[in-house]
Amino acid sequence: MLEFVREVGWRTVDNVHGLGGIALYGSRLVYETLAPPYRLRRLLDELYNSGVLSLAIICTSGTAVGFVLALQGYNTLVRFGAEQSVGAVVGLSLIRELGPVLTALLVTGRAGSAIAAEIGAMVATEQLDGLRMMSVDPVDYVTQPKALGLALSMPLLTALFIVFGLFGGYLVGVGLLGVDAGVYFSSLENTIDFRNDVLGSVLKSVVFGMIVGLISTWRGYTAAPNSAGVSAATTGAVVQASVATLMFDYVITALWGVGI
Amino acid sequence: MNRSPIRDLLVGVFVLSGLAALAYLSIQLGGATYSGPGGLTLYASFDEIGGLQKRAPVVIGGVKVGQVKNIQLSSDGSFRARVTMDIDMTLKIPDDTQAAVLTQGVLGNQYVGLTPGGSDTLLADGGEIAYTQSAVVIERLIGKVIQSLGGGKDDKSGGGGGS
Repeated sequence: MLEFVREVGWRTVDNVHGLGGIALYGSRLVYETLAPPYRLRRLLDELYNSGVLSLAIICTSGTAVGFVLALQGYNTLVRFGAEQSVGAVVGLSLIRELGPVLTALLVTGRAGSAIAAEIGAMVATEQLDGLRMMSVDPVDYVTQPKALGLALSMPLLTALFIVFGLFGGYLVGVGLLGVDAGVYFSSLENTIDFRNDVLGSVLKSVVFGMIVGLISTWRGYTAAPNSAGVSAATTGAVVQASVATLMFDYVITALWGVGI
Repeated sequence: MNRSPIRDLLVGVFVLSGLAALAYLSIQLGGATYSGPGGLTLYASFDEIGGLQKRAPVVIGGVKVGQVKNIQLSSDGSFRARVTMDIDMTLKIPDDTQAAVLTQGVLGNQYVGLTPGGSDTLLADGGEIAYTQSAVVIERLIGKVIQSLGGGKDDKSGGGGGS
């Protein structure tokens, strides 16, 4: 019984300690981002790794999501004779929810896992210790450009995901199901509001980018220096970043106060 | 970590296309509520505006000429709805113009339809449209129909509507 209570106590302390660690690490990331030197060349490399290399998966997934949204929306709306609104259905669902969330999940799987695995392997092979020995700060040189590159890529990838989704919805709605092209775009343009929909979507993608960047680099940075540690870091990064994304999604939606 | 022309080009293409997508979403989709010229503010008071909302279109003969800017209760204590409209200032709107709250389709969005009259005097900026027609509320319409059907069969007056 005493052992059980002690176990609960230890786990609580351990979790709070972990939260404090990630908060300290996050504030260090912010500091290294704002304070010189600005490692622009390193940042460009990381924009390539998490941004350009994610383009293919983002564009194809976006188009596929647009396809299915148009098909589902059409089949539901046609019962009420409102198939003219299929553009609004595709646009609103993509911009408000599916764009930011699905992009964050895809980027977590595509780039977040790679970041965690790479930094974890650097820990395991003592490369970060080598950097420290040369008095190069590994947070400044390795993890900060990775986190910042991912955080900057996320809004851009989200916007591309949404535009490709609208294009996919156009292909199915207009090309396959026979909704008028002008009606598709006008119902889209009349429904989407700049503040409620577009700004909220950008805000979500920025926050998701920071969350995924922070968690992936932190899990890699704190990986146990062996092969099991690298694997645990990768899994942990994907699981925690995905769950955090979905939870923050609700919080942002509630706080942003989406109109009627 | 060295300069690599192809990689730099790809990153540039990625950033620019992302920014272009963002701009498209914000400007084309987000800002396209009413792009025509405004400038002429007109008021109209209705007994019932139904589901009319801010930024609903104002239409003459099916062409969008402005939008609803504000809706509030009339300040003179008559409990009528006072609608502020922003209309293309190049239009010459006669002072016997009629305003009606109409619906697109059966369940569509509501909008304000203007029917210009034949008067020679024009409405100035800040003018009030005197002739208005309220929105048709479907529930009341259905209620009336049921009432008139029920009234013909039994003697209870106004007892219809229960089902």
